[in-house]
Amino acid sequence: MQLIIQEEVQRKIDELKDQALYIHMEMTTGAYAAHFDTSKHPAANFITNAQIRYSHGSIAGVGPYRVGLKMENGWVYTEGLTHWEETETERLLLAGHDLQGKLVVCLQLSRKPF
Amino acid sequence: MNQRILVILPHPDDEAFGASGTLAKYIHNGAQVTYACLTLGEMGRNMGFPPFANRVTLPEFRKKELEEACEAIGIQDVRMLGFHDKTIEFEDPQLLDGRIDDLLEELNPSLVITFYPGHAVHPDHDATGAAVIRTIGRLPKDRRPVVHCIAFANNHEQVIGKADIINDVKDFMTQKMAAIGAHRSQFQAAELVGSKKLKDKEIAERFGTERFWTYKFDS
Ligand SMILES: [Zn+2]
Repeated sequence: MQLIIQEEVQRKIDELKDQALYIHMEMTTGAYAAHFDTSKHPAANFITNAQIRYSHGSIAGVGPYRVGLKMENGWVYTEGLTHWEETETERLLLAGHDLQGKLVVCLQLSRKPF
Repeated sequence: MNQRILVILPHPDDEAFGASGTLAKYIHNGAQVTYACLTLGEMGRNMGFPPFANRVTLPEFRKKELEEACEAIGIQDVRMLGFHDKTIEFEDPQLLDGRIDDLLEELNPSLVITFYPGHAVHPDHDATGAAVIRTIGRLPKDRRPVVHCIAFANNHEQVIGKADIINDVKDFMTQKMAAIGAHRSQFQAAELVGSKKLKDKEIAERFGTERFWTYKFDS
């Protein structure tokens, strides 16, 4: 993964609009959060290969970045994105890593299932 | 006769800190070890530092890391069972127990190593231990292998007491550190040994003992 280049991610978001896509989204504190610090509240969610279609999407912020995708009946929203995979030609892989490099949040779009 | 050992854990790297020295020691003494790893840890948060893997490529990296770790320990037989990370507690118990039962049937181990259900922090760890205990508990008493459980939840000793199996693995630090090091997407050197390199003596003190609880079946 490389640090996000906003213009390139925006280009990818535009390429993928108005078509049936598979989405993988997740956010996690890690299952060990409360084991190391009892004041922490472990939480996580992920959804893999739900189908979406958006008509308009953009990446905002100065880093970490936010992405919003407008669908016919709602929105996809992610905050905290730091990295993308520049070698991917077909898919958009975005992730947010904390200062220790651990994944905190993730947003991925693909025409084929993950 | 050489001992047959079956290790059942959910994530590549679960073996590294808690059991790799013990396994290397058993193997040194002639044991045949099968390691059934339920998932590829594909939902792990660590992607290397700086991140070299991503959510899509992580399982492939972790598969290779697992193979390398097993080679370092000397494990003869690795099975990747193809379950999905984070979902063991939601998996169809019949399917899960069936896979474990098949392994027990095929290998007829004298010792099984898994997590202590309820005392292993991660839901996958607890669910894996529970499935192993459930499945072995259904066997007739005289056909049950001994089960050694790994526990590390906070306050676990208050509930299950002190470990009854304490293995000195100081002579197998090379294998153990190589097994830990193999999981390079998961363990960052800095996190593992602090900012300065540990001396051999410090490594032996910190990693040289592995503890297990022999599971006591109710009936
Ligand atoms: Zn684990």
